[in-house]
Amino acid sequence: MRTIIVLIRKEFTQILRNRIMIPAMIVAPLIQMFILVYAANMNMRDIDFSILDEDGTTTSAKLAARFSSSPFFSNSGSVFSLEEAENLLREDKADIVIHIPPGFESKIDNREKTSVQFLINGINSASAVLTSAYSQNILLDFNRSILAEFSRPVAASGMGSIDLSYSHWYNPELDFKIFMVPGILVILVTLVGWLLMSLNVVREKELGTTEQINVTPIKKYQFIIGKLIPFWILAIIELGIGLMLGKIIFNVPILGSVGLLVGFTAVYLVTVLGFGLFIAAISDTQQQVMFINFFFVLVFILMSGIFTPVESIPGWAVAFNTINPLAYFMRVIRMILLKGAGFADVWKDFASMAVFGVAMITLAVRSYRKRA
Amino acid sequence: MSRFISLIIKEFNHIFRDKRTLLVLFGIPVMQILIFGYVVNSDFKNIGISVLDRSNDTHTARIATKILSSGYFEYRGNIYSEEEITGKFKSGKVKAVLVFESDFGKHLNNSETAHLQVITDASDPNIARTIVGYISGIVMAYQSEMLQAGTDAVLIDAQPRMVFNENLASAYMFVPGIMAMILMLISALLTSISVTREKELGTMEVILVSPLKPTQIILGKVTPYILLAFLNAMLILLLGFFVFGLPVNGSLILLLGELLLYITLSLSLGILISTIAKSQQIAMFISLFALMLPTILLSGFIFPIENMPKVLQWLSAILPPRWFLIILKDIMLKGNGLAQVWNETLILAGMTIFFLFAAVRKFTIRLQV
Repeated sequence: MRTIIVLIRKEFTQILRNRIMIPAMIVAPLIQMFILVYAANMNMRDIDFSILDEDGTTTSAKLAARFSSSPFFSNSGSVFSLEEAENLLREDKADIVIHIPPGFESKIDNREKTSVQFLINGINSASAVLTSAYSQNILLDFNRSILAEFSRPVAASGMGSIDLSYSHWYNPELDFKIFMVPGILVILVTLVGWLLMSLNVVREKELGTTEQINVTPIKKYQFIIGKLIPFWILAIIELGIGLMLGKIIFNVPILGSVGLLVGFTAVYLVTVLGFGLFIAAISDTQQQVMFINFFFVLVFILMSGIFTPVESIPGWAVAFNTINPLAYFMRVIRMILLKGAGFADVWKDFASMAVFGVAMITLAVRSYRKRA
Repeated sequence: MSRFISLIIKEFNHIFRDKRTLLVLFGIPVMQILIFGYVVNSDFKNIGISVLDRSNDTHTARIATKILSSGYFEYRGNIYSEEEITGKFKSGKVKAVLVFESDFGKHLNNSETAHLQVITDASDPNIARTIVGYISGIVMAYQSEMLQAGTDAVLIDAQPRMVFNENLASAYMFVPGIMAMILMLISALLTSISVTREKELGTMEVILVSPLKPTQIILGKVTPYILLAFLNAMLILLLGFFVFGLPVNGSLILLLGELLLYITLSLSLGILISTIAKSQQIAMFISLFALMLPTILLSGFIFPIENMPKVLQWLSAILPPRWFLIILKDIMLKGNGLAQVWNETLILAGMTIFFLFAAVRKFTIRLQV
C-alpha cells in the first residue's frame, strides 16, 4: 500500500512540475467548448436565393415576393439566363435559383398545370435537402393562396384544416449548445485520462526510466495502479471543471444527479485508462503510441454519436458500438444531464462498463512486461 | 548528392521500420471514409415514434400510417396517457410522440380545426428539427390530398434539381475534408515528431555536424513524407471514386499541382513546429491543437463556415485547409479550372512561401547555436 502511495506521489510531482499542465487543464476545455460549441452550429442559416423570372408578370413577382419575405431566405438578386444562374451557383453566390418559366401566369389563369424549377447547389447534401424542403413549402403555400383566390376558400371544400403544433421536451429552443456540451465533456475526460496517461507511460519507456522502476521490488500491479490513479483523478477533476464551465457559460441543464454522473465516469475511466495502458504496453515510441491512440480515439468519437443520431446508423455500426466505451458514456451523460435519468435508467450501461473495466485492466496487466 | 540520397534512404528506413504507424497512416483515411460515408452521414431513418391517439378515427389512423410508412420512422407502440411519455423518452427508444386530440376526425369533417401535437425528445435538437421537417411535410401532403379531392386544383409543380451533386451524395462534402486532414496529419504532425525525436535522442546533432547543408537536411527529411502524403492522397481519391463514385471533373494535372502545393505548405509548417518544440510531446500538442483541431473543426470540413460567428470565420481564413477545401471542391466537383481557383491558389502559395522562409531561417539559426 505504501509503495502505491509513493508511486502516486511521484507521478503527481512529475505532472505538476510540468508548468503547462495545470493551465492546459483549464484552458483546453474552455477553448474546446467555445470553438466546438460555436463552430458546431448545425442550425440553418439564411438561404441565398436568386430569381430567374422568364415570365415577368405580377403572378411571378408575387411568388418571388413570397421568397423574399420568408425569414429563411435572403435575396441575392436576379439573373436573366440559365447560364448566369449556373455561374452564380458555381461561385457560391446563391444556394438556390428559382426558375419561373415563360407563360407561368397565363397558364395559371387558364387553370392549366405549370411548374417552377429549383436549381439547388447540392454539394452539401444535408443543407440542399433542407433548402429544397423550405422552398417547396413556400410554393405549396403560394399554391394554396391561389386556390383561395379562385373563390374556393379552403373551408368551402367541406374539410377543416389540421393545426400541427410541436412541443420540444428537454430543449424547447432546440439549442444546439445544450446538446454539444455533454459531448465535449466526454471528449475532454477521455483525452485527459487515456491520451495523457499512455503518452506518459511510453515516454518513461523511451527515456529509460521505466527500467529503473523495473529493477526495484515494485510489483506489476503496484506500478499499474500507481500510473492509473493519478490520471483517473485528473480526468475526474477535468469533468468537474468542464461541467462548471458548461453550467456558467452555456447554462447547460444538470437535471440528474451529479454523483451518479461522477460514479459512471469513474467506472468509464477504468475502461479507457486500461485500454490506453494496453496500447502503451505494446508501443515502443511516443510517435507510435500517438498514432495508434489517434486512430482509436477518432474511430470511437466518430462512432459514438457525438454529432449524429445513433438510431440511423447501419447494423454493423450498432454492433460496433456495443464495445465502444465512448458510445456508452455519450449516451449516459446526455441522459443524466439533459433528461434527468436516474440509476434505474442507466444501470445496464453501468453493468456493461464495469465488465469492460475489469476486462481492460486484466488485459493491461497481462500485456505489461517487467522487462525492457 | 550521394550523401543526400543516403539521408533520404535513412529516413525511409525509419518510416518502414515502424510498421504500426504506417498501418495507422493508411488505415485512418480508409476508416474515416467508411465511417463518414456510412455512419456519420447515414440517412435519417429508424426514428422511434409512439402514438397517443385520443380520437381513434379514420383520419388519425390514416395520418399515423402515412407517417409511420414514410420510411423515416419506426413504430414503437401506442401509449394511452401523457404520463407515459417521460418513461419512453428516458429509455431512449422513442424520440417523438404523436398526440391526436379527441374528436380529431370530427373536427376535420366539420370544417373545424383539428389539433395534432408532436412531442419530441429534443435532447438531440438535430433529430427534433428533422422530425419537425418530415412530419410537417407529411401532414401538409395529407391536407393537400384532401383538398384536391374537392377542387379542380391548379397546381404548380416544384421541380428541384440538385446541381453539381444530382444524387445528393454526402461523399461530396467529406472526401475532400478527409484529404485535407490526412495530408496535414502526415505532413505536419509526422514530420514535426520525427524531427523532434531526432533532437530528443541526440541523433540530430550527428546529422548537423555532417557536411550536409541545412537545406539538404530539410529536403532529405521531408522527401519521404511528400511521397507518403501523395500516396495517401491517391488512395483517398481512388476510394472516393470506387466506393462513392466521386468524380474528378476538372483537370487532374491541376489537382495534382494543388495537392503538391498543399503538401509543401503543411511540411513547412511541420518543420517550423519542430524548430520551436523541444520535445516530442510539445510538438504533438502544438500540431494537434494548433493544426489538427482547427483543420477538423474550422475548415468547413464538418461544420459550414457560414454558420460560425464572425470571429471564428476570421480565424478560419488564416487556416490553409479552408482554402485547400475550396480548391478541391471546385476542381473535383464543379469542374472549375485555374481561372476560378487562382485566388485561393495564390493565398496558399503565399502562405507556403511565408512558412518555408520562416522554417528555413529558424533551422539555420539553430545550426549556429
